[in-house]
Amino acid sequence: MKNRLKVLRAEKDWTQAQLASELDVSRQTVNAIEKGKFDPSLPLAFKVARLFGMSIEDVFQDEAEH
Amino acid sequence: MDDSKKGVTDWAATNRRNTVRLGYWTFAWVATMAVATFGPRYVWDFASLPTMLGLLVYLGTGFGMIVANGRYLRGLDELHKKIFLDAGALTLGVGLVCGLGYELLGNVKLIAFEPEISHLVILMCLTFLAGLIVGHRKYQ
Repeated sequence: MKNRLKVLRAEKDWTQAQLASELDVSRQTVNAIEKGKFDPSLPLAFKVARLFGMSIEDVFQDEAEH
Repeated sequence: MDDSKKGVTDWAATNRRNTVRLGYWTFAWVATMAVATFGPRYVWDFASLPTMLGLLVYLGTGFGMIVANGRYLRGLDELHKKIFLDAGALTLGVGLVCGLGYELLGNVKLIAFEPEISHLVILMCLTFLAGLIVGHRKYQ
């Protein structure tokens, strides 16, 4: 699954640690999601989308569709 | 975003608290195991009552450690939970296969000594540790 987390975070000028703090996860988790090594659960994906004021589809894309 | 308390998130604070709690329970469990093991031999000369009490305290503390371990696991964030569970699954498989294989070696006289449970415990600890290290490196 691809995602725009790194771009969205950069637009807000947040560090990974700041984003992790907002999402209540570890910095390692944010890093793994950004690199596409780890797919978040649905609740965490919703939390990310809510934080950036977007829908899940705007943040995460299924690679099979592209 | 408030930058004043970054690095001390709810998740991090919970994790730290659960880790310390698990550490206390593990220490207590090891201590009660030492008492239950060496007490009968060196302190109360195998008297039944203190031996039974030592065993009950050991079991109770062990149960507390299991509960603390469960709480620690539930307090992890989802990536660390996955790493922990993957390492646990690996340890369970290795423990089962190697433990029974080790016993089999003794039963068919392919080894000259009796299989020791402590060897299996050491193997499982090392497997779990290796699983955690590999998991953390994988998601770096």
